[in-house]
Amino acid sequence: MLSIQNLTASVDDNEILRGIDLDIAPGEVHAIMGPNGSGKSTLSNVLAGREGYEVSGKALFDGADLLSMEPEERAAAGLFLAFQYPVEIPGVGNMYFLRTAVNAVRAGRGEPELSATEFLAEAKEKMAALDMDPAFLSRSVNAGFSGGEKKRNEVLQMSLLQPRLAILDETDSGLDIDALRVVAEGIEALRDGERSMLLITHYPRLLEYVRPDTVHVLQAGRIVREGGPELAHELEESGYGERPVDDTSAPRVSEPESGPDDSDARPQARSLL
Amino acid sequence: MVDTIDTLVEREYAFGFHSDIDTEIAPKGLNEDTVRLISAKKNEPEWMLEWRLGALRHFLTLTEPTWPRVSYPPIDYQDMHYWAAPKPKGPSPTSLDEVDPEIRETFDKLGISLDEQKRLSGVAVDAIIDSVSVATTFKATLAEAGVIFCSFSEAVQDHPELVQKYLGSVVGPRDNYFAALNSAVFSDGSFCFVPAGVRCPMELSTYFRINAENTGQFERTLIVAEEGASVSYLEGCTAPMRDENQLHAAVVELVALDDSSIKYSTVQNWYPGDKNGKGGIYNFVTKRGRAGNRAKISWTQVETGSAITWKYPSVILQGDDSVGEFYSVAVTTNHQQADTGTKMIHIGRNSRSTIVSKGVSAGVAQNSYRGLVKVLRSAEGARNHTQCDSLLMGPDCGAHTFPYVEVRNDTAQIEHEASTTKIGEDQLFYCRQRGLSEEDATNMIVNGFCREVFDELPMEYAVEAQALMRLTLEGAVG
Repeated sequence: MLSIQNLTASVDDNEILRGIDLDIAPGEVHAIMGPNGSGKSTLSNVLAGREGYEVSGKALFDGADLLSMEPEERAAAGLFLAFQYPVEIPGVGNMYFLRTAVNAVRAGRGEPELSATEFLAEAKEKMAALDMDPAFLSRSVNAGFSGGEKKRNEVLQMSLLQPRLAILDETDSGLDIDALRVVAEGIEALRDGERSMLLITHYPRLLEYVRPDTVHVLQAGRIVREGGPELAHELEESGYGERPVDDTSAPRVSEPESGPDDSDARPQARSLL
Repeated sequence: MVDTIDTLVEREYAFGFHSDIDTEIAPKGLNEDTVRLISAKKNEPEWMLEWRLGALRHFLTLTEPTWPRVSYPPIDYQDMHYWAAPKPKGPSPTSLDEVDPEIRETFDKLGISLDEQKRLSGVAVDAIIDSVSVATTFKATLAEAGVIFCSFSEAVQDHPELVQKYLGSVVGPRDNYFAALNSAVFSDGSFCFVPAGVRCPMELSTYFRINAENTGQFERTLIVAEEGASVSYLEGCTAPMRDENQLHAAVVELVALDDSSIKYSTVQNWYPGDKNGKGGIYNFVTKRGRAGNRAKISWTQVETGSAITWKYPSVILQGDDSVGEFYSVAVTTNHQQADTGTKMIHIGRNSRSTIVSKGVSAGVAQNSYRGLVKVLRSAEGARNHTQCDSLLMGPDCGAHTFPYVEVRNDTAQIEHEASTTKIGEDQLFYCRQRGLSEEDATNMIVNGFCREVFDELPMEYAVEAQALMRLTLEGAVG
């Protein structure tokens, strides 16, 4: 479904991805793990079509040249990115946003639009599965949401949009253990043997709930190791090999990776005069 | 993003046509003869003429204000016509059926039907071309409720006692430069009177259309809500595309007596000039209301047109527990300049005011919010909340905020909140990743930004405002 060959990406002559090769077949779930700054978020941004990177190499999505497509064309083709930092859009109702997105993607697939009633029924059902309050629909997109609410909202969007390939960028970060379980179950529920997933994560704990077929370790812009799900456990024991091994099992505090993706993703400054 | 902003300048002004209406026009120049001619054309009583002449004499002693953050070449007030009117083809129409078909067609093109049967919703319209009101709809229905809604000229003839009582009572003929000019040469406008205890049965609206060349437009609107009355009023404006600038200096006065409420909404779409900043309307307008005890005045404005906008719809909160509101969206693109905001003058005890201002700038446009919150010694317990947000699209536009606060009473609570944001690449990318085109995404984000203000508009105009916004920003991305 996704075939990446020698993919590189730089920002201001700073090479972040240094030749990635990756093949994901239909129905497969792959995980990419790696330390902060290894290029994980850059990979997801480049695949989704974010501007601001100089990109070379090849990425084929169902045989189509992904890198030449606009972000919305990629979305219509069935590529979904769950954002590490979901963006706030004040004044735009979540329900309106979700329905517009669903209908835009449906239009791209040549399917008829969902009416407000049809959409609402579907959204409510999926929200119940994610343990979300229906009041979410009437709030502005992500505005004032807690970290956990934002992540659930991403998984909700994924379940409504029914993508062919879902890239989840650190969807587990910032979640407490209960929220992680709900979100992981939501992700697991979308595994149907057809849909492919690429889980980008810093910690192995998500992978205990969503068991990947393959784990790749990304370090300094290259995939340095590959293996089965057991690799995730090994990393938990021994770390990424770059830093001294922590003698506690407590996860490290997540720090945003450096790069243009993160600097843009922060909430906008609001000054009080 | 920068490329896409550049293409914004290609947008066309949809209302830029000129109608071939036979027009009667006064000679150029501003002097007592001009004022006398206007007054005579309108067959005005002596007191009205004297009022105008007083304003003219005062105006001639004034110099044009330079404090707004806008720039334009000097205006030659002698090189302008002060009176233009569609030439009557026979006796003046006594019913709507007799309105000149050319005029009717002009308003049809603008989507304003003068045909009462064709109006889907109950909105009464006073249609004004250049200096003259050409038709007012639903007069009979309104009269049943005791509401007077007519052109200003008719009001001077038919209700002189009301005009004399309230004209200039909120914006005096010496109030400021452009108000003095307007007081001297105002040609027409709308007059509305809602008697005590009456809730006006339908929305009222005035539609202003500039058609003639080299002509200033000076209307005067006066709305009076007596004790316990309420009315909702909307004005819309368009003008042909012309290379030279045209001056529009209007005055709106609102009188809200005790326990009454007036809601005044504006969708302003005067011709903004071309992409190089040539032509367009200078919109220099004075709007003010006076609120009595427990009375409420609410201004909502959506400003997308004009080369220059200079206006500060204000409320004098004279009565105890009076309420003043100002909700504004000002969009400037290309070379447009806007210096707009409000004044809230708190006099009465526990008077409250709310200001929500949203400025959107693109191209090389400059957008300023200028607002005054003044609390006098008498205004025990006064409260104000001001929120002032600016959205920038592209690297070459500017947003400026000038908040003035003067408080003379310790019990007052004043809050001011301001933000400036760029339309976020991250917001756009997020929307596009979910399948929205860049243009749809931009519209969604900008409309969301303006939501609080659109929510204040009467339903059908909220839809119109959003459509207008879309049109204004068309090609802003692509």
